[in-house]
Amino acid sequence: MTTQKPETAKAAEVAVGGGAANAAGATGLANVAGAPEFMPKIVAFCCYYCAYSAADLAGSLRLQYPPTIRVIEVPCSGKVDPVILLRAFEEGADGVYVAGCMEGDCHFLKGNFRAKKRVQAVKKILDQIGLGGQRLEMFNLSAAMGTRFAEIATDMTRRIEELGPSPIRPEALAARKAAAGAKEQGEVKTR
Amino acid sequence: MIVAEPKPIAEVAGLIKAAKHVLVVGCGECVTVCQAGGEKEVEILASALRILWKIEGKDGTIGTQTIVRQCEPEYVVELAKKLKNADCVLSLGCGVGVQFIAEAYLDKWVVPGLNTKFAGGTVKAGIWEERCGFCGDCVLHLTGGICPIIRCSKSILNGPCGGSQEGHCEVNKEISCAWQLIYDRLKGLGKLDLLDVIQPAKNWQTSRDGGPRKFVKEEAMIE
Repeated sequence: MTTQKPETAKAAEVAVGGGAANAAGATGLANVAGAPEFMPKIVAFCCYYCAYSAADLAGSLRLQYPPTIRVIEVPCSGKVDPVILLRAFEEGADGVYVAGCMEGDCHFLKGNFRAKKRVQAVKKILDQIGLGGQRLEMFNLSAAMGTRFAEIATDMTRRIEELGPSPIRPEALAARKAAAGAKEQGEVKTR
Repeated sequence: MIVAEPKPIAEVAGLIKAAKHVLVVGCGECVTVCQAGGEKEVEILASALRILWKIEGKDGTIGTQTIVRQCEPEYVVELAKKLKNADCVLSLGCGVGVQFIAEAYLDKWVVPGLNTKFAGGTVKAGIWEERCGFCGDCVLHLTGGICPIIRCSKSILNGPCGGSQEGHCEVNKEISCAWQLIYDRLKGLGKLDLLDVIQPAKNWQTSRDGGPRKFVKEEAMIE
C-alpha cells in the first residue's frame, strides 16, 4: 500500500513555499525599529461555503488585511485532515488556521465539528513536538462575514508575530544555535 | 481485533534517537481499524517526527510505508526496497507485527510505536473495549455469549461476586457487572438453568502454560 499525497496537502506545500505576498513591511504590525522584519507565513484552510466566500466579500468591501495569509479552498472544513495541517507546518508555515461555518450551519451538517476535534488533536501534537499548539486555530464564520474574515486574518497574524517564526525555519534554527554557542562560551568563561 | 494505542511522541522520539534514516511502517489490519497504526496514523506520526527533528536541527530522513499485514511474512517482504536505505524501523503494528519485521530484517533496529492493549472491538466510533482474554478454552456457550474471564474484573466462573451493585462492578462503576449481563441475557433466552451447573476451577493449561502457544493446521501447510 503506498501513500499518495492528497491534493490539498500539495496545495498547502505550494502555499507555504510559494512566492505569494512576500513584500516586506506589508503588515506593519511588528515593525519594531531596528529589528529584522518578520513576515509570517500563515495557511488558512477556508470552507467554500463560508470563509472562502467571506474572503471574496472582504475583497469586494475593499477591506485591508495582512498579506500573510495563504488561502486554500476546501469543500468543507471537515475535509481538513491532521496530516494536511501537519504538512503545512512541516513545509515551514508559521501558523495555520481552519475556517469553517458557524456551528450548526455546516453545509454537510457536522464537518465543522469534525474539523474542530481534529484541530484540537493536532494542537496536542504540536505541543508535544515543541512547535506549540497556539500556532494552529479553528475559526467559525459565515459567508456574510467579510469583516470578520479580515479581523481573523489580522488577529492570527498578530498572534504569530508575537510567537515569532516557526522553530523549523532556518533563521530560527540559526538563532538557536547561536544562542546555544553563546551559552556554552559563557559556561567555559565561568569555569 | 487487536487494539493498540500510540506511545507518546516524546517516547517514540527517544526510541529512534540514535537512528538516521527511519521507516515508519503501518499495518492495514487491526491497528488501522482502531486508528492507531494505519496509513493515516503513520503519516501523522512521521510528519510530527520530521518537524521534531527539524526543530532539534537533526539530519536524517523519516519515510513511510503501510503494508497489508505486518503479521505475515509475505507482506513483510514488501518493505525490503524502502528498508535498503533505512537503519531503523518504527513499527505501528501490534506487538506481533513488530516481531515479524524484526525476524525478517535481522540487520535493522526495529522499535514499537504502539502499546498493544487487548483483543476487543469497536463499541462506538472512537471507543474500543476488551472482549477476549485468549484463555484457549472458550466458555461463551455457557454464559450467553458474554465472557466471564475478561469482562468480569475478577474472572469469576460462578458469579456474581458480592461486589456487584445495581449491575455495576465494584472495581469501577463504569464497568458493567459481567455476571449481571450474563444473568439478564440467559433470563431473556429462558436458559437460566445453565447457571445451576457449578463450573469447576478452570484449566489454565490452555492459556499461559508451556510457553508460547502454537496452532498447526496440517492441511493448510504447503511444504
